[in-house]
Amino acid sequence: MYEFFKNLDKRWIFLLMFLSVVIPIYIIGITGKTFPEVPSLLSKATFNVIEQLNEGDPVLLAFDFDPASEGELGPMATAFTYHCASKGLKLYFISLWPVGPQMIDDVIAKVINPDFPHMKYGVDYMNLGYKPGNEGVIKVIVTDLRELYTTDDKGSGINTIPMMAGIHSVQDFELVINVSAGYAGTKEWIQYAATPYPDKIKIVAGCTGVQAPLLYPYIPQQLPGLLGAIKGAAEYEKIVVDTYGAEIPDPKYLEASRRMGPQLVAHILIILLIIIANWVFFTERKREREVQA
Amino acid sequence: MKRNVPLLITALGGFVLIVAYFIPATQGWGEVAAIWFDILAAIAFILGGGNLLKIHLKKVSDKVPGWAYSLITLLAFLVTLTVGLGKIGVHPNPQFPAFAFSGEYRELGGPFWWLYEYAFKPLTATMFAMLAFYIASAAFRAFRAKNTEAILLLVTAFIILLGRTFAGVFLTSWLPDAVSGLRIENLTVYIMSVFNTAGNRAIMIGIALGVASTSLKVLLGVDRSYLGSGEE
Amino acid sequence: MKRSFYWFVFLVMTVFGGGSISAQDGLLAPPVNLQAADHPWDHGDKVDLTWNLSVDDPALVTSYRIYSSVSPDGPFSFITIISSGDQSFTVEKLERGDNYFFKLVAVGTDGSESLPAVTTEAVVPARQWFDGNRFSLAIIILIFCGSVYYWIRHARMGGELKIRKIAGLEAIEEAVGRATEMGRSCLFIVGIQDMNEIQTIAGITILSKVAKIAAELDAKIEVPTSRSLVMTAAREAVQASYLSMGRPDAYNQDLIYYVTDEQFGFVAHVQGMMVREKPAACFYMGAFFAESLILAETGNSIGAIQVAGTAMPAQLPFFVAACDYTLIGEEFFAASAYLSGEPAQLGSLKGQDVGKIIVGVGIIVGVLMSSVASMIGIDTPFGGWLYDAVNYLKEVILT
Repeated sequence: MYEFFKNLDKRWIFLLMFLSVVIPIYIIGITGKTFPEVPSLLSKATFNVIEQLNEGDPVLLAFDFDPASEGELGPMATAFTYHCASKGLKLYFISLWPVGPQMIDDVIAKVINPDFPHMKYGVDYMNLGYKPGNEGVIKVIVTDLRELYTTDDKGSGINTIPMMAGIHSVQDFELVINVSAGYAGTKEWIQYAATPYPDKIKIVAGCTGVQAPLLYPYIPQQLPGLLGAIKGAAEYEKIVVDTYGAEIPDPKYLEASRRMGPQLVAHILIILLIIIANWVFFTERKREREVQA
Repeated sequence: MKRNVPLLITALGGFVLIVAYFIPATQGWGEVAAIWFDILAAIAFILGGGNLLKIHLKKVSDKVPGWAYSLITLLAFLVTLTVGLGKIGVHPNPQFPAFAFSGEYRELGGPFWWLYEYAFKPLTATMFAMLAFYIASAAFRAFRAKNTEAILLLVTAFIILLGRTFAGVFLTSWLPDAVSGLRIENLTVYIMSVFNTAGNRAIMIGIALGVASTSLKVLLGVDRSYLGSGEE
Repeated sequence: MKRSFYWFVFLVMTVFGGGSISAQDGLLAPPVNLQAADHPWDHGDKVDLTWNLSVDDPALVTSYRIYSSVSPDGPFSFITIISSGDQSFTVEKLERGDNYFFKLVAVGTDGSESLPAVTTEAVVPARQWFDGNRFSLAIIILIFCGSVYYWIRHARMGGELKIRKIAGLEAIEEAVGRATEMGRSCLFIVGIQDMNEIQTIAGITILSKVAKIAAELDAKIEVPTSRSLVMTAAREAVQASYLSMGRPDAYNQDLIYYVTDEQFGFVAHVQGMMVREKPAACFYMGAFFAESLILAETGNSIGAIQVAGTAMPAQLPFFVAACDYTLIGEEFFAASAYLSGEPAQLGSLKGQDVGKIIVGVGIIVGVLMSSVASMIGIDTPFGGWLYDAVNYLKEVILT
């Protein structure tokens, strides 16, 4: 046993990890059951910031992620959009990532088109699309959005879109909701939008697990709400579905909760691997001491 | 000359932008500089594309080991470029039906969309998903309770790993409300927002000073090696 | 008649700026002495308003409403609501050079409004030459840059400077030497960001030093990049290194090439290359994101000596777990000075230490003041003073 673990081939670890993800996905897929979620204070705070807005308030949804991180961030983007649409807010989508517009298209196709068919493009929601320049874009649009955005993502003139009347800069939005997979993302929105205009620009965000520790220093003054990874998404999703969802909620709004199953098993596997590795380490040390003695 | 002109541009540009940051009339200069950089970087795509073609064509023509990968790279590059730039299979914008090029390049169901949806998206997601496997193997290899610090790190890791799942809630939900702070999910939040934040801040302060000092070295021309002009 | 009297009194009070009117017969007393002045040291888009409270504040007044107009005759447009008790407000987002008039009304508990206090003379927002909000930042920058400059000069004039050993940098020569012995290449990744990222510049600086060692030991160094501008800069740096070591013939520019801007496309290429060519030494120096662990674990699986350096805090744990040596944050920026050993560069590190002392003292003083204030209570004179001082530090000096 000791020899087996001492020289454990990595491929065994990879196989175990594969199984620890696949089996829960399969079981949850068949049974439809997920683990219960207890919303944390931070998820509640994020929900409350959006909940305090009034119907018709303009909200900027900045989706700064790509297909690679869609697995981790897609559910929270869906939940944010569902929450905002349920509240009757006006949604303005934007992205600093080249493939962000595709993420926006996905969310619109998943949430707005099927479940909020009364929402009209240009009146209730619109897509400003992608602009290159990372934080440079934020620096410009916090004071003058029209300097960079003369058209929407489809090429229609900004001035011909009814819901753009009265929107001149990011300061005109009641809230910025950022879903971020890295640079440029939440940190840049905080540094270049929320920090210079603390009274005008309020931001809540959802981010990958790796990024979350770096964003904690900004909570709560510069960042009143943060959803960290799939766990944060699952908690927020629960509050949104409990508040706005149907009695039997659509499974697409419980995507994060479903992904918590594989996460639980994968985390337990990692803990077990660490314990085994340490058992090997101490056994080895003990044997070395015995040999020396 | 080759060394002095870039150095002069760097020093002048850098110091002017620093001063401009404090003068209301010139605060927009930084944004202008950023936009100019973006323009330069965008033009440099041509340079990158040319280099990609050159390197991989050479590998294919020399039949070096693995030349087939280069061939696949070239084909993927050229097909995506042609489909995207040429807006192949895209319908014109309804507002401008006479203009074939007025359509959206990533039109739903179009060839570019197809490439994105069925090639790019699964491939990048696969690469990102590989992290799960590497995290497991790195954890197995690197985490050893060698000393007190390492033991503390291990215990913290276990708390966070459990606290980010339902297991944390399940294991310590029996704790009475008076000591609810000791429940794993609450300990996780505490560790993340206190210890982790404090450590991160310390590292970030060091990094910020390092960035400022390095920037100053570059602006003052003390360090020139990035210009390829070390100690001429 | 009574209403006309109140109007008269109100106008007198507003114009001559004093006194007050009390609520009688259900009429809410207005605020008085409304003054507007250009906000100092700004972009010319703000105006400061001050006023004396309505005598019904706080008994009957719940808030104040502020209106503005570009003409004394109106129309006035609503700006914001201010809580009762407040006597000042800064109006923002105004047009520089325009004339502005302001109107202030008190709002009662029943929602009724008082008669307005109005500014009689136009105020024109003007832009100043210096941004006052950034004054403290300018001082901090001057002190920090001054100390870096002083120590660079000090070093150039022959002053002695010491630097502690950094194991990761000591290992570079060993790693390149091992690659030469094994007849394999060295892989150097300068992060995945462009030339506007200071970490990329720091990475290229280290690359130039590593290239010198490679030129000296006749090792092959391969540099795939994810930005074409970085490729150009890396080529220049490596070529200069080979030239300075008297080995221009050994320089091969095709080993420094562009792959793709796409993060995971780049990773796929580098990972494949590592598995096929098995470089003996891998250096990761620059800005990295999720690819850090994929690259470092692959490098580990092929048995390469790995040295990483980054200022991305989120990626440091991955590099620490998978690499032999990791330069953490500021060590990474100190690397070029360390490797070059040039007095001027080492001087900049000393200047950096002065910055650290300032930050350290600031943190200790701030924490002590804040702790003492909450221990003795902010209602005591000294506690209140400490609390105000901490607030001043936070809101003025550090904002």
